[in-house]
Amino acid sequence: MTVTTPLARNRRPRAGRTALNVLALLLAAVWAFPVYWMVNGSFQSLSRLRSPEPAWLPFGEGTSADAYGRVVDASFWDSMQLSLVVTLLAVGCGLVFAFLAALAISRFRIRGKGAFVVVILVVQMIPAEALFISQYKMLSGWGLFNTIAGLTVLYLAMILPFTIWMLRGFVAGVPADLEEAAMVDGCSRFRAFFTITFPLLAPGLVACGVYGFLQCWNEITLATVVMDPSNRTVPLWLQGMTTVSNKAIDWPAVMAGATLVAVPVIALFMLVQNRMASGMVSGAVKG
Amino acid sequence: MAQAMTTPDAPPARTDPQPPRLRTRRRRPAPYLLLVPALGTLALGLGYPLVRQVVMSFQEFGLAQQFGTADPEWIGLDNYADVLTDATTWAVVARSLAFCLAAATLTMLLGTVVALLMRQLSTAPRIVLQVSMLAAWASPLVASLTVWNWLFDSRYGIVNWFLVTLGFEGMDGYSWLANPWTFFLVAGVIVVWMSVPFVAFSLYAALTQVPEETIEAAQLDGATRTQRFRFIVVPTIRPVLSIVMLLQIVWDLRLFAQIKYLQNAGGTVSETNLLGTYLYQLGVAQSEYGVASAVAMLMLLLTLGLTFGYVRSLLREERTA
Repeated sequence: MTVTTPLARNRRPRAGRTALNVLALLLAAVWAFPVYWMVNGSFQSLSRLRSPEPAWLPFGEGTSADAYGRVVDASFWDSMQLSLVVTLLAVGCGLVFAFLAALAISRFRIRGKGAFVVVILVVQMIPAEALFISQYKMLSGWGLFNTIAGLTVLYLAMILPFTIWMLRGFVAGVPADLEEAAMVDGCSRFRAFFTITFPLLAPGLVACGVYGFLQCWNEITLATVVMDPSNRTVPLWLQGMTTVSNKAIDWPAVMAGATLVAVPVIALFMLVQNRMASGMVSGAVKG
Repeated sequence: MAQAMTTPDAPPARTDPQPPRLRTRRRRPAPYLLLVPALGTLALGLGYPLVRQVVMSFQEFGLAQQFGTADPEWIGLDNYADVLTDATTWAVVARSLAFCLAAATLTMLLGTVVALLMRQLSTAPRIVLQVSMLAAWASPLVASLTVWNWLFDSRYGIVNWFLVTLGFEGMDGYSWLANPWTFFLVAGVIVVWMSVPFVAFSLYAALTQVPEETIEAAQLDGATRTQRFRFIVVPTIRPVLSIVMLLQIVWDLRLFAQIKYLQNAGGTVSETNLLGTYLYQLGVAQSEYGVASAVAMLMLLLTLGLTFGYVRSLLREERTA
């Protein structure tokens, strides 16, 4: 976010730039509004939400945090626990596996490297939605239907291709010369790698980890298909709140639930997005 | 994919101008072992299901086979014949393609505009724009769907309130999801809203790699703004541009969660099915695994067809790189 073009900027006439700034703020408003509306709605009372005039602000008369009390119950914590376990397992294994693979393809000259890279890319194009029938049947055949292990394996396979793709860019971005210099100075190959290259890769690993975390945390298709309805991940728990039939939806509670699911993730994302975007770019350009 | 598997690597000596390094001299099994965990997982989680899916698409496989009261029977291309002669399939395919192309095009256009805009803005508006894009990008899918569903709610939604305030009295209590056209309008708005930040940030990152010196030199030589954009900026960001567009098409063709959610919230399933939800309906709800597998194969072929050109050029690049 830091690189700018001073030249291009100064040349633009003042009026033109003001117009662009206004356009940008309009776009920002459109993109931020739903997120604001979610948080705002979670603090309103039911009756206030049903009045014909919209309630614009999350404070003042008629607002409270009651909805959070209604929404945080045992089923919320159960879902939270399930989601956390599956996500952390998948991301942990995913990072290790992807890291090893990225190392192999960008630090060694191996046969079939080009083919491997293309396979990784093509695999990303296979729609998960085209496979879930047989994934479902595979897991139920092995007695892994509705188990943490089953869902974790599928999530792992889901995040691996993109993680390898991104990490490859990061590994290629650290010059091998540094390592070789250390080896000339008498370091073992192993030690050279872990004292020189690994620290430089840490930010890339964090970025990939967060990206994988988000993918698993938000995943809904596979969680619908291979888990029992009584065993819901967080997204399904939230979805369940709006599909209650015959009953008027408790919008403040739903919005409180959505906020609880979203805010930690948004915060996490803000911390690392810059690295993620650059990782995406280096993955696309570097061999 | 089979073709990719068998593609041999280019001879190392030809393209490497540097003298061979220490690490390249010996061939050892270690680097291949490093690939094993990743390849193993992919084979287990994607490869095996894919093979099974192909097999199942040639079998009679329904509830009876699922519970073991009958063996899966080989029926050749019957499933495919059923699927391909069913008008519903073609309606779903046409709907999916139209929606995918419309959403992907709009997303790419808006994303490019936002990325270019971010380069031109003053600091404060740029940060505001980036933060709101990030918030939208990071919002969990279901949380976003929930809010959008509420925004378009017929009685309590702010969209209807806003339209009525503007003077469109007919929109009072309008049910967006009940009519297929407005259903897809809502779905399109949501999908584009969710996808633009990814495109914008990727292209923004790519734009920071445009060489400043070249731009300046071209400027001194009298190149106009348009020329500089076309001959320097576009070629630099092309790799990112094409992969982002490819991903966008793939993602928009396989939409499932968004459509399923809106269907649950009040859409007419038969008139709003896209490939993903149609598959779900056939396979999971009706337990017609064989037929569903054939539809899945059709979807896979469509995806590969849409991306074939890109994959081929990539193969060529990898072969020469």
